[in-house]
Amino acid sequence: MLDRVRTVDAGPEIAFTLNGRDVAVVSSPAARLTTVLREDLGHTGTKVGCDAGDCGACTVLLDDEPVCACLVAAGQAEGRSVVTVEGLATHSPNAERLKAAFLSHGAAQCGICTPGMLVAATALLDRNPTPTESEVMDAIGGVLCRCTGYRKIVKAVLDARATPAQADPPAAGKAVGARIARLDGERKVSGTEIFGADAWPADCLVVRAVRSPHHRAGFTFGDIDAFVAANPGVVRVFTARDVPGENRYGVIPPFADQPVFAERAARFRGEAVAAVVGEPAAMAALDLNRFPVTWQELPANTTIEAALAEGAPLLHEDRAGNVLVRGRVVRGDVEAALAAADVIAEGEFETGFVEHAYIEPEAGFARRVGDRIEIQACTQAPYMDRDDVARILGLAPEAVRIIPTAVGGGFGSKLDLSVQPFVALAAWHLNRPVRMVYTRPESIMTTTKRHPARIRARAGATREGRLVGLDFFGDFNTGAYSSWGPTVANRVPVHASGPYHVPHYRALTRAVHTHLVPAGAFRGFGVPQAAIAQEQLYDELADRLGMDRLEFRILNALAPDQPTVTGQVLGEGVGIRACLEALRPHWRRAREEAAAFNAAADGHLRRGVGVAGMWYGCGNTSLPNPSTIRVGLKRDGRLSLHQGAVDIGQGSNTVITQICADALGAPVARFDLLSGDTDVTPDCGKTSASRQTFVTGKAAELAGRGLRRAILRLANAGEAAEVVFEDGAVTVRAGDHARRIALADLPLDAHGYVLTGEATFDPPTSPLDADGQGIPYAVYGFGVHMVEVEVDVELGTVKALKITAAHDVGRAINPTLVEGQIEGGAAQGLGLALMEEFHPGRGENLHDYLIPSAGDMPPVQSILVEDASPVGPFGAKGVGEQALIPTAPAILNAIHDATGARIRRVPATPDRVRAAILAAKSARG
Amino acid sequence: MYLRPVTLDEAVDVLATHGGRILAGGTDFFPALGDRQPAGPIIDISRLDELKAISVGPEAVRIGARATWSAVAAAPLPRAFDALKVAAREVGSLQIQNAGTVAGNLCNASPAADGVPPLLALDAEVELSARGGTRRLPLAAFITGYRQTAIRPDEIVTAVVVPRTIEGASAFLKLGARRYLVISIAMAAAVVEADAAGRVAEARVAVGACSAVAQRLAALEAALVGAPARPGLGDRVTTDHLAALSPIDDLRATAAYRRDAALTLIRRALEACVAEN
Repeated sequence: MLDRVRTVDAGPEIAFTLNGRDVAVVSSPAARLTTVLREDLGHTGTKVGCDAGDCGACTVLLDDEPVCACLVAAGQAEGRSVVTVEGLATHSPNAERLKAAFLSHGAAQCGICTPGMLVAATALLDRNPTPTESEVMDAIGGVLCRCTGYRKIVKAVLDARATPAQADPPAAGKAVGARIARLDGERKVSGTEIFGADAWPADCLVVRAVRSPHHRAGFTFGDIDAFVAANPGVVRVFTARDVPGENRYGVIPPFADQPVFAERAARFRGEAVAAVVGEPAAMAALDLNRFPVTWQELPANTTIEAALAEGAPLLHEDRAGNVLVRGRVVRGDVEAALAAADVIAEGEFETGFVEHAYIEPEAGFARRVGDRIEIQACTQAPYMDRDDVARILGLAPEAVRIIPTAVGGGFGSKLDLSVQPFVALAAWHLNRPVRMVYTRPESIMTTTKRHPARIRARAGATREGRLVGLDFFGDFNTGAYSSWGPTVANRVPVHASGPYHVPHYRALTRAVHTHLVPAGAFRGFGVPQAAIAQEQLYDELADRLGMDRLEFRILNALAPDQPTVTGQVLGEGVGIRACLEALRPHWRRAREEAAAFNAAADGHLRRGVGVAGMWYGCGNTSLPNPSTIRVGLKRDGRLSLHQGAVDIGQGSNTVITQICADALGAPVARFDLLSGDTDVTPDCGKTSASRQTFVTGKAAELAGRGLRRAILRLANAGEAAEVVFEDGAVTVRAGDHARRIALADLPLDAHGYVLTGEATFDPPTSPLDADGQGIPYAVYGFGVHMVEVEVDVELGTVKALKITAAHDVGRAINPTLVEGQIEGGAAQGLGLALMEEFHPGRGENLHDYLIPSAGDMPPVQSILVEDASPVGPFGAKGVGEQALIPTAPAILNAIHDATGARIRRVPATPDRVRAAILAAKSARG
Repeated sequence: MYLRPVTLDEAVDVLATHGGRILAGGTDFFPALGDRQPAGPIIDISRLDELKAISVGPEAVRIGARATWSAVAAAPLPRAFDALKVAAREVGSLQIQNAGTVAGNLCNASPAADGVPPLLALDAEVELSARGGTRRLPLAAFITGYRQTAIRPDEIVTAVVVPRTIEGASAFLKLGARRYLVISIAMAAAVVEADAAGRVAEARVAVGACSAVAQRLAALEAALVGAPARPGLGDRVTTDHLAALSPIDDLRATAAYRRDAALTLIRRALEACVAEN
């Protein structure tokens, strides 16, 4: 008997075929296959997003079947074939076709889901060379993507076997407006892109955080030394007293309030109180529940109401009433205007915490280099990270180097610090590299969220359909620490009017502290929540007036010569009317189709059409936010672009290069990109506020023009001359004259280039006065979404059938990438409308927290309106956040159109929709 | 200790000797671990090829414990199994269906297990093997409560056995808040057998995610017998028939909604069984 047991006891060596080659690895057979592939075999193309089979990022082929490698024990791979993205091309001819199709369709944005998508799609095409759209969706439905909205992926798979239309790279001067494939795309489809968790030094230690299990809790440590001694491989424990500088950070320095480690009490569930550092194997085996800490749970403010109540415990002593910031924009006399209005619509609206749910959890490592610290991690804001880490470590900012990895989705949350303080502190003290990778629950529990909002608003119009006023009050649950709460409180009042002329206006907001996870930046900074209220009320006004809902919006659309609610007259680049008018034929078609469907249907399905508008200021609100771009001409005739605008999937690596290329007159293929490493690339600010194409793009344009001028000077040529870049030389042509300048022997400047163009751009704005009057932004983007839905009135389920999205982007630098932003933004808007809400302490995973899957996104028709901004590069404006804002209110308006039920609390989950339908039915009698 | 028997005899021996947790498809095993490492012996049954088959015999359909959802979806099975096949394609995602097993779904005993309502409606039995022998339990007796089963520490589920006494059309409806990778808010399975006169001879209806363990609705089944097996059959379902359910409020939906939605799902499942093509 014992012999037999021994024969079946799997030994430590596991042998299998990996990408067609035999491999043997010494590992625990119970380890997840993902761990063995990534950590032991260095195949980091297989990504880990959840460790629970919920996201599919780790999809590999096991004996040719797609499975989640995180759910396969390494021992189960023994003797079998495993194919990862790295070996896909040798495994199947379909892989190369898919990769090419993904690149040409823009189906990879951040790229974190791309390996899983490619593996799943290859398995499909190997079995079924001509799949239908629904077969494609079934095949990729198990891989979540947070960037693309899936439609470009579906299209790429459907088109993979067609002969790819190889577009020629654009000639010099023709890059802006061209649909070039992303310049960093090859790495993303080959699995070689390095994300936060994909690289670490060989002798790296691992750090894990000890976190509060309660919303609010006092705590006392037990015998930490004994804990370290009892756990071989554990090197050290860090707590607040180990922070050499200030135990405090925050994205807006005057409000910085978040400690690396809580000191007396934890203010939210998930807040760190200590960190344990040790050898990787010991740390993986460590049960943090045995860490010597005793918790004393304390009464917590878990709602805005509780936090505002008399006598509620204060989160921060100096913030009376738990109010972090108040926002205010007032214009005209709203009370008088609404009293005189012919029709009024009013309501209360509520939204919940929304999780960014990027597929890449936060990750990175730090190492000490002499008296400097280097951090390689995923981030949206390298220079802000640098300054905050310097403050925590008590170092000069220059002593901190931030090396951003590729970012597997950000959407606002990776603006704030996550792993950085822990790895930096540990590496600093221990003088050894230290690595940290958040688990999915840790990422959901501790990183910033979209602010829950509680909004009360009244809007009024004349009987002719002119808006006369909007009175808006919004409270935003900002959680335990400030993060971007001030930005949300200040941005919302500027935008709550929507893109319309509203002569009398009052918008008051508060950011309110609670004992919950900090709310911060999430694509739109509170404006999506405000739009849910405002766009539904405007629909109601139109209905009350008996006006067509689209025509009501066209009638009230902000004109270039009309003042905004902050008194700004934009003069040019106000494309809202053009966007609304572009939707007219689609609106008519959709309304007719829905009416015909409803007239013919006698069952439980009802169709409806909804529309909603949007405007959004690009860049910081009335605050400086400069970007600096440097472009250098090298002796080999190539160009170095110091491109510090972190590409989180939106495409800044590509777009900024396209802009710089045309400003300089060089082909895109001449450029070598340098990333936002703070030691080598000037500050391009944060990737946030839809500012990179606009602000950094403008800097790139100016830098490109500067370098061109420098070259012309060198050649003694005038502005009209043509510059031709060659290997080792530039040739300057003016008329019949051509002067070839060999670069090899020219001296190098301080930056190490033959010639350098460097420029800084900071958008012109002015401070807002006490009534919020002034020029908060130099440029606004505008847009309108129309959504067609089908509602199952018996079950309350809502299926989006089609989204038609018109956006004024000023100038589409790369239309494919613009569409990618629109489709991805719309997908997040759909999630906000229909399924996404995070309840702190419950469902800290991706099977309880739902984001749209491939089967939930309808086709998106993008209509690009180009009403050029007088300020932006080549007229361009931002689109990243703009794309999300109108989707949710358009869906809610469509649900009302279909059923007569108004949903004022999102997400419109099936139970809420069904309840609203029943209530509307009983109200009608 | 990670043990990987290659025969069932070995498997039940090592289980009797060492105890431990059974690992098959891993789709519930690993998510339950989170970031912890497994403690105690693991008995990996993924080499037990004798448990892989799905066989249709004259008396019963036997789904081996290692049969994956994908294998069930691809197997030629009588039409009373259509509901189970639909469920097979609704479990998680293709990746989950390729790895996860029907037997594992039953052992996990989640209230929202997609496999349970269709198998309850088929009067499925669970075959359990230990060194001392084999026993069979009706599925309703196997799952004893919220994530609880009647399995003994020395037993391995070796098959799900469905007697071939049940004929008729079947249907399964799953309700979730998104298309793929979704945990059911509610689900219903129905099998309707008509007699020569076109009347319901037997109806079997089970509802999942609306009680700690999915339930057959005996009162409804009795009330349907003799009714015309034609469109309109679903109209016979009333809220009284749902008395056996005890739905809860959770992240996915309210209890009231679940009751309401279950009624709709049952009606539609019955209609699907008697739809005229």
